Order: sequence, then structure tokens, then C-alpha cells
Amino acid sequence: MEIAASLGRITLNRLQILGRSGIFLFMSVFQAFLPPFRIPRLVKEIEFIGSKSFLIVFVTALFTGMVLGIQGYYSLSQFGAEAALGVMVALSIIRELGPVLCALMVTGRAGSAITAEIGIMKITDQFPALEMMAIDPLKYVISPKVVAGIISLPLLTAFFDLVGIAGGYLVGVKLLGVNEGAYLGKMVKAITFTDIHGGILKSLCFGLLITWISSFMGFTAEPTTEGVSRATTNAVVLTSLSILIVDYILTSLLL
Amino acid sequence: MIKVENLVKKYGNVTALNHLNCRFETGKVTVILGGSGSGKSTLLRQLTGLEKPDSGSVYFDGVNLTTANKKKLYGIRRKMGMLFQGSALFNYLNIFENIAFPLREHTKIADNIIKTIVTMKLEMVGLRGTEKLMPSQLSGGMMKRVGLARAMVMDPKIIFYDEPTSGLDPISTGVIDKLIKDLNQALNITSVVVSHDMESCFRIADNIMILFFGDIIAEGTVEEIRNSKDLRVKQFINGEPEGPIPFTRTDKNYLDEILFR
Ligand SMILES: Nc1ncnc2c1ncn2[C@@H]1O[C@H](COP(=O)(O)OP(=O)(O)O)[C@@H](O)[C@H]1O
Ligand SMILES: [Mg+2]
Repeated sequence: MEIAASLGRITLNRLQILGRSGIFLFMSVFQAFLPPFRIPRLVKEIEFIGSKSFLIVFVTALFTGMVLGIQGYYSLSQFGAEAALGVMVALSIIRELGPVLCALMVTGRAGSAITAEIGIMKITDQFPALEMMAIDPLKYVISPKVVAGIISLPLLTAFFDLVGIAGGYLVGVKLLGVNEGAYLGKMVKAITFTDIHGGILKSLCFGLLITWISSFMGFTAEPTTEGVSRATTNAVVLTSLSILIVDYILTSLLL
Repeated sequence: MIKVENLVKKYGNVTALNHLNCRFETGKVTVILGGSGSGKSTLLRQLTGLEKPDSGSVYFDGVNLTTANKKKLYGIRRKMGMLFQGSALFNYLNIFENIAFPLREHTKIADNIIKTIVTMKLEMVGLRGTEKLMPSQLSGGMMKRVGLARAMVMDPKIIFYDEPTSGLDPISTGVIDKLIKDLNQALNITSVVVSHDMESCFRIADNIMILFFGDIIAEGTVEEIRNSKDLRVKQFINGEPEGPIPFTRTDKNYLDEILFR
């Protein structure tokens, strides 16, 4: 009886948090479309989430593409199908690895920083300070971050895809001697718009997911230093897991 | 004028404010006194509409803040300024931009005029020359003064101060006290000051209100409070450790507890 009661309580509690985070997301996304528009704030957030992630995404993409080149060559050559290496590398990256790895890297780099930043604003009373100046904290602080995430992630993912395919090309064509025409030609023919749309859709969702969860965790952190550091860790773990789970759901819906 | 009626605020099973009735008069400095945990900050959050009470009402110039919608509330907040306990400066903006922030958000004032206004406010708090510094480069007393400059920048009718002098050295305390008094007398700004500093309280107050764990145990002019016969009030203003206000927070008997009874 007691177990059932406490289970019920935990479930209710979780549902409540989910509901609150939903309202939080709705308010910050919804208000992004209401004036006043703070373009400079948005640009600053895009710079932080997007521009500053370029290097880390570049390195991740290059090595992912190169590893795929080696692994793909090894598997495909067992059937004498090395010529399909380009198709294999490009499809895995565009459909799956690009959006997911890109999102995971941005989570580690920018997501944790967002949680910490918002948590610190909370500890130091900066949200009530905004309220007292008749400025909506959700609209001022959170909305630009969410919008910046939705804009940045698809762009970063496109960049990841290009670099990854180039990485596979480097290893496959230059190092292992796969025919250049076959690598590129078969690849271009095999990739459909559905693959590309799917990748973009995923990255849009991940951009929303990263900024939403990180912001919410910071906003609801217990207002102490330990509370904020705990929230930062939790935000990274929760965002990473959500990315993988949402990726599965989207993949199964898209196929 | 602010009028508070039957205000109740609870956090879980802690009653932070217990059926309060009081008023804050226009053009006066009212000091809310009380030990820590007595509900002073909670009262400020209700007076400014930052939090909704469990029951009761707060009227600001006749408008009920507890039922006002967001738009109305934000309209009223344009007439309010607040100095937070920890100053609440924006850590990513320098001192100039911190003070200019409300002007940039709410007005279309040209940059050179904003510069003039900010310089005037900084001069008022004696911090001209710090424009380019970041908040983390200032001492606690300086941050409070910047916070005050920011609270004043929209020329509010009322300013709320949450422990403006706690943790400051005597000179900074004197400076802040003088600022509060000057603002009140020169610009006729109504002031609500939360404090537990008796000396500073008697220097600046017109009216005093003493809170004790969610209840108002005394209110009146400085003279009335000074001459109060109430033992709790006497204990508080003289800072005596022994008296009707217990020092320990627990009901358990000390002997019982150390003897594991
Ligand atoms: N956000 C909150 N959540 C839970 N309890 C709170 C909260 N704010 C204040 N309290 C409790 O309410 C009481 C009054 O707190 P507060 O108004 O901060 O006192 P003061 O400012 O006089 O030191 C304290 O017992 C405090 O623990
Ligand atoms: Mg307090």
C-alpha cells in the first residue's frame, strides 16, 4: 500500500515537472514571436551556441568520417563492394551520425554552459531584478537561447555532414585507393531528398531539446552553488539521453 | 501608498507571513525590522508582486497587485525600483550598461542622453569612473551603490531596499543611509527599507515596523518604537540575547537533548 502511494507520489511529481517544463518551453518559444524582438541578443546566442562550436564539430566530423572510411572499406571489401564506400559513409552521416554526434558535442560544450549561466543568474536574483524592471525573464533570457539552438543546430549539422564525407573521402580514396568517380558519383546518385530532410528535421529537434532542457534545468536549479553544479551535470546527462531516445523515435517515424 | 490587508504567505508548513495588516505612506521612509527568517524579504516580494500570497491583498495606489494581470503589474513596476540584498547586477554587463539597461529596454532615448543620465546617477552614488568595470571587480558596498543607481534610473516613485547595509563597513553603511535619506527628501521618493541594523534604522526611518516570525509585533514612528514598553521590542532594539525572543529555534529542552532523554 505504502509502496503504491509513494510510487504514485513520484509519478505525480515527475508529471508535474514535465508539465512545468512544457509551460516553460511554450512561454519562451511563444514569446519569441512577440515584439519587442531583441535581435542583438539572438545574434549573441547564435555566436555562443553556433559559431563557437565550429572547431569542435569540425574535429568530430573529420575523425568520424575517417573512421567510417576505414570500417566501411573493411566490411565492403569482403563483398568486393568497395565502390559503394561513398554511399555508405554519406548515408550514415547524413541520416544518423551528423545530427546525433553534432547535438551531443553541442550539449557538452554549450548546454552545460547554458545551465550554469542561468543557474548563476538565479542564485544572484537577476530574474527578480528583471521582473522588477518590467522585463519578462523568460522572454529576455530563455527565448533567444531556444531560437538560437533551433537556428544553429541545422547549420552545424550541415557543416558536420560535409566535413564527415570529406573525411571518408580522404581515407577511402586517397589512402585506401577506392576509385574517386565511384566514391562521389554513386554517393550523389544514392542520396535522396528524404535523407537530407530527415537529417535537418532531426537537428532542428535536437537544437530545441538542448536549449530547452539546459535552460529549464538552470531555471529550476536549487538556488545554491551545489544546486547549480548538480543541475549542470543533470542537464548534460538528461539532454544526451533525450537526444538518443528522440533520435530513435524520429528514425522510426521517418523510415 | 501601499496598503496590505490580511496577507498570508506559506512555504510548505512554514508560515512566513501571518495575516499581516499594514500600510506604507507616500513620501515616508518605512523601515521593516526583524531578525533573520522573520519574513522581511517575503513581505517585500509580496509588496512588489514578485510572488502571489496565499490569501489577502496588496494595494498599490489603489490597484490590487495580487489580482493584477501581467501587463498591469509591469505597468506598475515602472514606478518601482528595488535594491536587492545581493545587488543582483547583471554579471555579463559592465557598470555603465547595468545602469543604462532599463533605459535601453523601455525608452528610445538617444545614446548621448543615456550617457548623461548614467553619469548623473553614478555621480549621485559617488562612483563616476567605474563605467567600464564589471560587477565582479567591485566591492560589496560599491555593488550596492551601483544597484541603487540602477534602481533610480527610471525615476521611480517608490524604492524597496532589501538589507541595503548588511555586510558593509561602517562608512559604506553611512553612505547608503545618507543616499536613502537624500533620495527621500530631495526627490520625495517613498522608501521601504528592510533592515536588522538598529542604528541605521533610527537614522533614516520615519516609521518603523517590527516583524517577528510572520507577525507584526510593533509599528509606529521612531519615537513610539523607542519608547515602547513591549519587552520583545525592547529586547530587539537593545540587542539583548536574553528575553522573550528565544535565541534557539528548537522547542526541545537542552538538558533533555544532551542527555539523550
Ligand atoms: N522560496 C522559499 N521557499 C521556502 N521557504 C522560504 C522561501 N523564502 C522564504 N522562506 C522561509 O520563510 C521564512 C521567512 O524568510 P525570509 O522572508 O527570507 O526572512 P528574512 O528576509 O526576514 O530573513 C523563513 O523561514 C524562510 O526559510
Ligand atoms: Mg532577507
